[in-house]
Amino acid sequence: MGEAVHEVTVDRRGLLSWMPALTVGAFMLPIGAGLIGTLLPAFGYLPAIGGSEFGLDPWRRLFAYPGFATSVTVTLVTGVVTALLAVGIAFGFCAWAHDWRWFRRIGAWLAPILSTPHSAIAIGFAFLVAPSGWIARALSPWLTGWVLPPDIATVHDPRGLALVFGLLLKEVPYLVLMIVGALQQVPARQHLAIAHALGYSRAAAWIKVILPQIYPQIRLPVYAVIAFSLSVVDVALILGPSNPPPLAVLAVRWFTDADIQFYFPAAAAATLLLVLVIAVIAGWFALERVAMTTGRRWIARGGRRGVVAAGARAAAFGFGGLFVLSVLAIVGMGVWSFATEWRFPDAWPPALSLANWMRRLDGLAHPAWITFVVGVLATAIALALVLSCLENESRGRRRTGTGALWLLYVPLLVPQVAFLFGGQVLLVRANFDGTIVAVVWAHLIFVLPYLFLSLADPWRAFDPRYARTAASLGASPARVFWRIKLPILLRPVLIASAVAFAVSVGQYLATVFAGNGRVATLTTDAVTLAAGADRRVIGAYALAQAIFPLVAYIGAAVLPALLYARRRAIAGVS
Amino acid sequence: MSAGALRLADVRIEIGGRELIPPLTLAIEPGECVTVMGPSGCGKSTLLAYIAGTIEPAFRASGGVAIGARDITRLPPEARRIGIQFQDDLLFPHLSVGGNLAFALPAGVRDRGARRQRIEAALAEAELAGFADRDPATLSGGQRARVALMRTLLAEPQALLLDEPFNKLDAQLRNDFRRFVFAHAEQWGLPTLLVTHDANDAQAAGGRVIGLARP
Repeated sequence: MGEAVHEVTVDRRGLLSWMPALTVGAFMLPIGAGLIGTLLPAFGYLPAIGGSEFGLDPWRRLFAYPGFATSVTVTLVTGVVTALLAVGIAFGFCAWAHDWRWFRRIGAWLAPILSTPHSAIAIGFAFLVAPSGWIARALSPWLTGWVLPPDIATVHDPRGLALVFGLLLKEVPYLVLMIVGALQQVPARQHLAIAHALGYSRAAAWIKVILPQIYPQIRLPVYAVIAFSLSVVDVALILGPSNPPPLAVLAVRWFTDADIQFYFPAAAAATLLLVLVIAVIAGWFALERVAMTTGRRWIARGGRRGVVAAGARAAAFGFGGLFVLSVLAIVGMGVWSFATEWRFPDAWPPALSLANWMRRLDGLAHPAWITFVVGVLATAIALALVLSCLENESRGRRRTGTGALWLLYVPLLVPQVAFLFGGQVLLVRANFDGTIVAVVWAHLIFVLPYLFLSLADPWRAFDPRYARTAASLGASPARVFWRIKLPILLRPVLIASAVAFAVSVGQYLATVFAGNGRVATLTTDAVTLAAGADRRVIGAYALAQAIFPLVAYIGAAVLPALLYARRRAIAGVS
Repeated sequence: MSAGALRLADVRIEIGGRELIPPLTLAIEPGECVTVMGPSGCGKSTLLAYIAGTIEPAFRASGGVAIGARDITRLPPEARRIGIQFQDDLLFPHLSVGGNLAFALPAGVRDRGARRQRIEAALAEAELAGFADRDPATLSGGQRARVALMRTLLAEPQALLLDEPFNKLDAQLRNDFRRFVFAHAEQWGLPTLLVTHDANDAQAAGGRVIGLARP
């Protein structure tokens, strides 16, 4: 018998223990380097194009832009209004609908909308509300009297109303999904039952008892919504005001200007956007503190019904409206893509045929192939990294702290223009821009966090006694991973991969910058075409763009059910 | 064919400076079953995790563990050849009943027919002949528990740890399964360590009983 040893913990991690650092580096290094590459020219320094001295000239040029004040205002107003409405509608809807039977499967209902790229939904929405869009057609001429499309700005309106709606279509379902996930972490049903027994109405019970418990878990997604709404480029190009445009679009416009001297004010605009995002999130954080104290007093007053129920019902109607608009947007682009011709004010095209698609196939094939390859590569790399991190965590038997969670959200909180441009400068210098590898890496920055966030919870919830049992039967850690954990967790692994793939397919700015305009995907083509091509062409590209992620989601849902058709305990279809 | 006694030498476990298991020295002979009794939260399961090699790093544990002349203190769990039964059967849900048993059967048994035969024999012993292709989810609680024990035994362990394995079964099943477990442990000549808070379990085990107090 060996002598007593102190603290017998065998480190089983080996090479795996390097994976968290590698994973974090994979997205933090380009972001950090990219930010520096944007900050330096914002203060005049970019020797490659003659900026060798630090100075404030880029800022002077930015402030001198005639539409500067309007651009900042429209950025702030659309961003903040979108975030407030998205949070209000998402929470109100959940407060109102939480005890409906279909609410538990709301994730499945929202999957088609969540999987459709932002730009595709925006294009579909534009088809809907444009002066010559589906809504105007449905009401013309019998109600409106229009025989020609009216001359009103429903899309690209200077106030950014269309932009706000276009963003809400995607942000509200995203927040609802996050809330549903957070609900599983608290004993919601029991707490609601107690509140009901004390006489609280459905909505009041949810807002006063459940919301305060889950908000800490919704905080980072809410910040991500704020950052995204302030800094979005593709949706703003399709729906937002164009002269002057929001700050992010202005920065991109200048970055891509033929005159490279515009780099300097562009970098300044991107930096200003970063400052605005930080300021608005800080303001929101302060608002949270105020809401906490006043909310506590409000709860202590003991009101059982009141305005909460009415507010929640209004939010639920809002949610329903957005849902219908999203479905119509997706269906609309489909109809356009199959239309032979479609004159205003007909509510339906005279005939549907495959002719348009046949004509487009040649043009679609290449970007579709690139979209697929980049998506698969980014997802596969991200999956390998995330699985290594999670496996490292469980072999080291340590939970990753909340600091790591903030790190994961960095790519979702920092405006994309603020680091993608600087990154492009570095890529050009390394003679690496415009390659598939560069595009895959740029996508990885956004794919990694989403894949990690959707896989971490189910992976960590896996009963560790399965692994211990397998080990006691003589299975090595590798065998336990491949033969026990991965097969049992196949469903969440596939769903997380589908989420990751959808994120990759939807990337616009990352593709444009890392590809330096030379790598075209369905998304970049669709956004470019949206500026003015035939609706049947745009519809075909947008629909193709939406189909890829949808197929991935369906595969993720169906495959485990097929593979495990005879294994009742894990075959479930959500 | 027994490998020898399961021996603990001065095993002690603490967490955050609080002593969970006081120094414990114990030898369990082949075929003998020793019971550790104590209320929940007293560290019984942690003791088993230490012996099996799966203790959480938050615990400070020391002391030697050996089977016969083989010191296993520093071995990884999969090399210790210690079987463990939890209160849940933990049958792998993605494998059939036979697949679960095949997972446990040592890879050294190469011949397909021989493997199939061993699995069928194990099933017959559990009164589940012909169940190899069944989905574990379609079995009753008692059937699942018996499959889980056969799975543990097929891995040819040299000692057996029982972590309240009777807890979730109802009264009649519990008696049957207790007899089933202890009969097999004795027949295989396994040194067995049972932890429980149920005095009836200890009585059925019929061996020495060690009491652990709430720390």
